[in-house]
Amino acid sequence: MNLDLILGILQIVLIATTPLVFAGIGELVTEKSGVLNLGVEGMMLVGAVSAFIILVITGSYFLAFFVSILSGIIMSGLFAFLVLFLMSNQIATGLALTIFGIGLSSMLGKQYIGTPIDGLSPWFFVIFSFLIVFLVSYFFYKTKAGLILRAVGESHNSAHALGYSVIKIRFLSILFGGSMCALAGSYISICYAPMWQEGMTAGRGWIALALVVFATWKPERVLIGAYIFGGVTILQMNLQALGLRFPGQFFSMAPYVATIIVLVLISSNKLRIKLSAPASLTIPFYKGR
Amino acid sequence: MNSLFPSIASRSQSSGLMNFFVPIISIVLTLITGSIIFILLGFDPVYALYTFFISPISSTYGISELFVKATPLALIAIGLSYCFKNNIYNIGAEGQLTMGAIFGGGIGILFHDTNAFWLLPLMIFAGAIGGALWGLIPAILKTKFNTNEILTSLMLVYVALFILDYLVVGPWKDPFGYSFPKSRPFSESGRMPLLFDGLRVHFGLIITLFLIFVSWFIFSKTIFGFQLKVSGYSPKAARYAGFNQTTLVFFAFAICGAFAGIAGLAEVSGPIGLLYRDISPNYGFTAIIVAFLGRLHPIGIIFASLVIALTYLGAEDAQLFLQIPSAVGFIFQGLVLFYLLGAELLINYKLTYKKLL
Repeated sequence: MNLDLILGILQIVLIATTPLVFAGIGELVTEKSGVLNLGVEGMMLVGAVSAFIILVITGSYFLAFFVSILSGIIMSGLFAFLVLFLMSNQIATGLALTIFGIGLSSMLGKQYIGTPIDGLSPWFFVIFSFLIVFLVSYFFYKTKAGLILRAVGESHNSAHALGYSVIKIRFLSILFGGSMCALAGSYISICYAPMWQEGMTAGRGWIALALVVFATWKPERVLIGAYIFGGVTILQMNLQALGLRFPGQFFSMAPYVATIIVLVLISSNKLRIKLSAPASLTIPFYKGR
Repeated sequence: MNSLFPSIASRSQSSGLMNFFVPIISIVLTLITGSIIFILLGFDPVYALYTFFISPISSTYGISELFVKATPLALIAIGLSYCFKNNIYNIGAEGQLTMGAIFGGGIGILFHDTNAFWLLPLMIFAGAIGGALWGLIPAILKTKFNTNEILTSLMLVYVALFILDYLVVGPWKDPFGYSFPKSRPFSESGRMPLLFDGLRVHFGLIITLFLIFVSWFIFSKTIFGFQLKVSGYSPKAARYAGFNQTTLVFFAFAICGAFAGIAGLAEVSGPIGLLYRDISPNYGFTAIIVAFLGRLHPIGIIFASLVIALTYLGAEDAQLFLQIPSAVGFIFQGLVLFYLLGAELLINYKLTYKKLL
C-alpha cells in the first residue's frame, strides 16, 4: 500500500460521509429538544431534488443551496405544525413526511432524470460538516440557550414551569434539523453524485437516524459513527470493484447490516440508553395538562 | 363575543363519533388539496379528479384491478395492526413481504415442473414462515438487546431486497430467460387460482378476507387481543396485570411478518407468476397508511385498503392520460396520512371558543 492510495481512500471516505454528518447532526438537535422526526429520508430527497432543479434552471449554486434549505424548512415546518400544534403521533407523522417526500421528489424530478450538471467541489462542505458538529457541541454545553434546549428535551413540564416556551424551542430545533437534512440532500445531488435519480439518498436518512442512537445523543460521537458507516460503505465498494468472486449484493447490504449490528451493540446496555436519550423524546407537550 | 380562533381542551373520554369521522374528513381534505395541486399543474380539476378516482374503476376490469391492489395492502395492514395496537412500530413489512415471496417463490421454483394440489398450500405456508422469520429478527433484537425496532426492521428491508436481487440474477435465474433478472415461471398449480375468467383478481383475496375475519375475532373476542390493546394503552397497567410484554412483541412481529409474507407470496404466485426484482410497488410501506386510515380496525382497514388501492390505479391513469408522473399517487398517500394525523386531535380534544368579553 502506498501513501497515494491511502490518501485517495481517505478523500473518498470524507466525501461520502459528509451527508451523513449533516443529516445526523440535524436530527440530533431535533431529538435533543424532545422530538423524533422520522422524516429525514423524505426531507433529504426533497432537498436533493429542489437543489438540482434550481441549479438546472438558474445555474446558480448559491440559489440551489438556498432554495434547498428553504425546502427543508418548509417540510420540517409542516411536521412541526402537526406534532407541536396538533399533537399528532411523532412516529407516524415522520413516516408520513418520508412517504410524502419520496412522492414529491420523484414527481418534481421526473423530467430532470439524466440532465447533466457541473458538480461542485465538496471540500467546503466537508470542512463545514466538521465545523457544524463542533458548533452544535459548543452550543449545547457552553451556552445558556443550549442548556435550555436540552432542558426542554429532558423535561418539558419543568422547562415550561420555568417560563420557557417549549413549543417555540422545539419548533426552531425541528427547523434546524430540516434544513440540515435538506443540505445533506443537496450535497448528494450536487457534490457527491452530480445528478438526479429517484430515491438517490438510498436509505442514508435512516442511517442518520441510527447514528443519533449510536452517538448516544452526543454531537461529537455523530462524527465517529458517521465515519464508521462511511468507511464500511467505501470499503464494500472497493472490495466490489476488486472483483472478488463473491456476489456484489452481499457487499451492498453491508452498510445496512453494519447499522443493525452497531445499534444492537450500543442499545444492549439498557441503562446507557436510558441515561442518554432525552427523557421527553416523542412525548407531546400540552399546556392544559 | 367569542374569540375568532378556537382553542383546544381535553375530552374526558375519546370521542367514538370522531373516531369514525376523522378518516372521512382526511379523505375529503386530501381531495380538496389534490384539486388545488391539479389546478397548479394546469389541469381542469374536475377532469383530473375524474381521471384519477372515477375512470380507473368504471369497468369490471378496473374494479378487479382495485381488488388486486387492495388485497396485499389490506393483508399487510391487518398484520401491522397487531404491532401498532401494542405500540410496536414495525415499519419493515416491505422486507417481510419480500422474504415471504423468496421462501414461497423458492418452493415454486423448486417444483416448477410439478403439478399437484399440495404445491400452492406449501408455497403459502413457506411464504408465511419466511415473513415471520424475517419479522422475528427485530422482535429478538428489541426484546433481548433493547434495540429500537423502527430502525432494525427498516434496515432489514434493504437487506431482503438485496437478497432477492442476488437470487434472481444469480442462482435462481431462469436458464431460458435470455439473462433477464427473473426466475423460472411457477407451474400452473403453483399459481393463485383466478376468481373470475379474464380478470386478474385471485384467490389471495379470499385468504385476505379470511385472515381479516380471524383477526377481528382475535382482537375482540380473545384474551390475546385484549392484552395487545391494554399494553398499547398503558404498558404499566399491562405489567401490573402480569401480561408478558416479550411474548406479545414476539407474537405481534411473527403474525405481522407471516401476513406480509403471505401477501408477498400471493403477489408473486398471483398476478406475477415468477420472481423478479420489483415484486412490490411499496405495498409494505403504503400498508402503514392503510392501517392508520382504517384506525387499526378490521372493517376500517378493508375500506382504507380500497381507497389507497385507488390512488395506485389513479396514478397509473394520470400518467397515461394526463402525463402526470405516477409518483403523484405517493403524494396523495402522504397527504391523506398528514390530514389523518392532524385531525386525530379531534378524537381526544375538542375545539372551544373562548369568551372574550
